[in-house]
Amino acid sequence: MELVIFVLAAVGAIAGGVGIIASRSPVRSALSLLLVLGCLAALSLLLAAQFIAALQIIIYAGAIVILFLFVVMLLHAHSGETPPNRLGWLTPAGIVLGGVLLAVLLRTVGAGDGGGVASVGAEFGTAEAVGQTLFTTFMLPFEAASVLLLVGIIAAVIIGRPEPASPKPTGTPRQVVEVSRR
Amino acid sequence: MTVPIGAYLALGALLFVLGVAGVLLRRSALIVFMSIELMLNAVNLTFVAFARQLGRLEGQVAVFFVLVVAAVEVVVGLAIIIAIFRTRSTIDLDDVDLLRG
Repeated sequence: MELVIFVLAAVGAIAGGVGIIASRSPVRSALSLLLVLGCLAALSLLLAAQFIAALQIIIYAGAIVILFLFVVMLLHAHSGETPPNRLGWLTPAGIVLGGVLLAVLLRTVGAGDGGGVASVGAEFGTAEAVGQTLFTTFMLPFEAASVLLLVGIIAAVIIGRPEPASPKPTGTPRQVVEVSRR
Repeated sequence: MTVPIGAYLALGALLFVLGVAGVLLRRSALIVFMSIELMLNAVNLTFVAFARQLGRLEGQVAVFFVLVVAAVEVVVGLAIIIAIFRTRSTIDLDDVDLLRG
C-alpha cells in the first residue's frame, strides 16, 4: 500500500517537474508546480510529517501558486507567449551538465549505507510535537523568521508601488538612459 | 517502512536536477522562479526523509523555516519582476542586462 502511494506520488511529482520546465505557457507551468506540491505533500504524509504536509498545502498550494498565477495573468495579458529560445548551443550543454549533476547526486545517495530507520511513535510530526520543538529549541530563529516576514511585506509594498505621477528629476532621467543605451 | 529512505532521497535529487535544468534552459523570469521553488521543495523532501530516518524533529523544523523564507522570496521576487516589466516591458532574462560587464 505504501509502495503504491509512493510510486503514484513520485510519478506525479516527476511529471509535474518536467511540466514546469517543458510547457510553453506559464499558466501550465504554474499548474504543474501545483501538481508537484500536492504529490510532495502526499510523500510528507508517508514520512510521518502531517504538520509539514498541511503547511505545504496551505502555504505553497494555497498562497504561493495563486500569487504566481496572478502575476502570470498580470504580465502575459500584455506580453503574449514566451519568446523564442535564443540559447543556441547552451541548451544541450545545460542538459549534459544537469545529467552530470544528477549522476553525482544519485551516486552520493547510493553510497550511503542506508542505515536503520528509527521507529517513531504516533505523535511524531504532529503540529503539537513540531510546535514543541519550534517554541523551545528554535525560539530565536522563529522570532527572526517573523521579522523576516515583516521585512518582506514592507519590501513588496515599496517595490510594487506605482511610480509617482510627476517624479522630481534627480540625476539622469530614465528616457536619456534608455536612448543612450540604444 | 516498505519504501527505503534512499528512494525518497533519489526522488529529491531528481526533482532538484529538474529545477536546475529549468533555471539553465528557460529564459522567462517567471519559469526560472518556479524552478527555484521546485529546487526548494526537493530539498524539503530530503529534510523530511532524513527527519524520518533519524527519528528527530529538527528536519521538519528546518522545512518550516524553508517555507517561511520561500514565501518571503516569492513575494519580493514577484514584486521585482513586476517592477522590471513596468519599466522595460519584458521579463526575458537575456533582455535585462544593464549591469552586464
